[in-house]
Amino acid sequence: MIPLSWLLLLSAVLFCIGVIGVLVRRNAIVIFMSIELMLNAANLAFVAFARHLNSLDGQVFVFFVMTVAAAEVAVGLAIIVNLFRLRETVFVDEINLLKG
Amino acid sequence: MITVLFVAFAAILVVSSLLVILHRSPVTSALFLVLAFCSLAAIYLLLHAEFIGLVQVVVYAGAIMVLFLFVIMYLNLGQDVESGATVVLRRGLGWLLGAALVAEGALLLAGRLAPGPAAPPALAAAAGAGNTQQIGLLLYSRYLFPFEITSIILLVAMIGVIVIARGLREAAPAEPAAASAPAGAAAPDDAPGEDA
Repeated sequence: MIPLSWLLLLSAVLFCIGVIGVLVRRNAIVIFMSIELMLNAANLAFVAFARHLNSLDGQVFVFFVMTVAAAEVAVGLAIIVNLFRLRETVFVDEINLLKG
Repeated sequence: MITVLFVAFAAILVVSSLLVILHRSPVTSALFLVLAFCSLAAIYLLLHAEFIGLVQVVVYAGAIMVLFLFVIMYLNLGQDVESGATVVLRRGLGWLLGAALVAEGALLLAGRLAPGPAAPPALAAAAGAGNTQQIGLLLYSRYLFPFEITSIILLVAMIGVIVIARGLREAAPAEPAAASAPAGAAAPDDAPGEDA
């Protein structure tokens, strides 16, 4: 059986890769993919604890997280498409209308 | 054996997710994200979460990534231009902060927050049912209300996407006849979309 701490460490590493992607990249779509990585890190922690505690509730929560992620991706990509139509760019540096 | 497989899939997962954030072409990033999701599904299978593993492949690697690739091709994105002083500064800060987060997590997991012993495998073995059947029973009994809420979330997301994606044409009143001509079937419900 895989030790819980390995799984949690893998989940933490995955989450941090997502955080770094959000901080480092300028392309809004790649930032969005990094957010997906962070959601998957949370899912991995849920499944790891479900295995550790011998309970299925964690897997049910993963199911809900996936539903919310699907809805979030659809809405977010629609916003990005609209932004591209409006500003002709997906680089978050160049979308600075609220900058003083 | 399971440990070896886990280490292999974890290595694939970490490397491909690093390539997601490092590669300059968004299409390549998306394809590496598909690889990352597939290896994560394999890890779920190793953890005896068969239903979640298959849903991960179908929903994430299938539906969500197809949506990403579709948008990337629709917007016709090429390679990202990543240069300039602010980009270098932000990249350094980002990697520094990420390394600090990883170090903090490793420190906590190695030290006093080490997890306790595992629960005895009574629940799963005694029932004799498959993983999917057990999740279904749980989903339709204890989690029935949240399950219904998720259907409302999906409905709201669907309506929201339609309103957002067609809202821009309404905002330009210069050529109303030409703009709404292709979307003739959607003409009767123009009024509720106005306030979005």
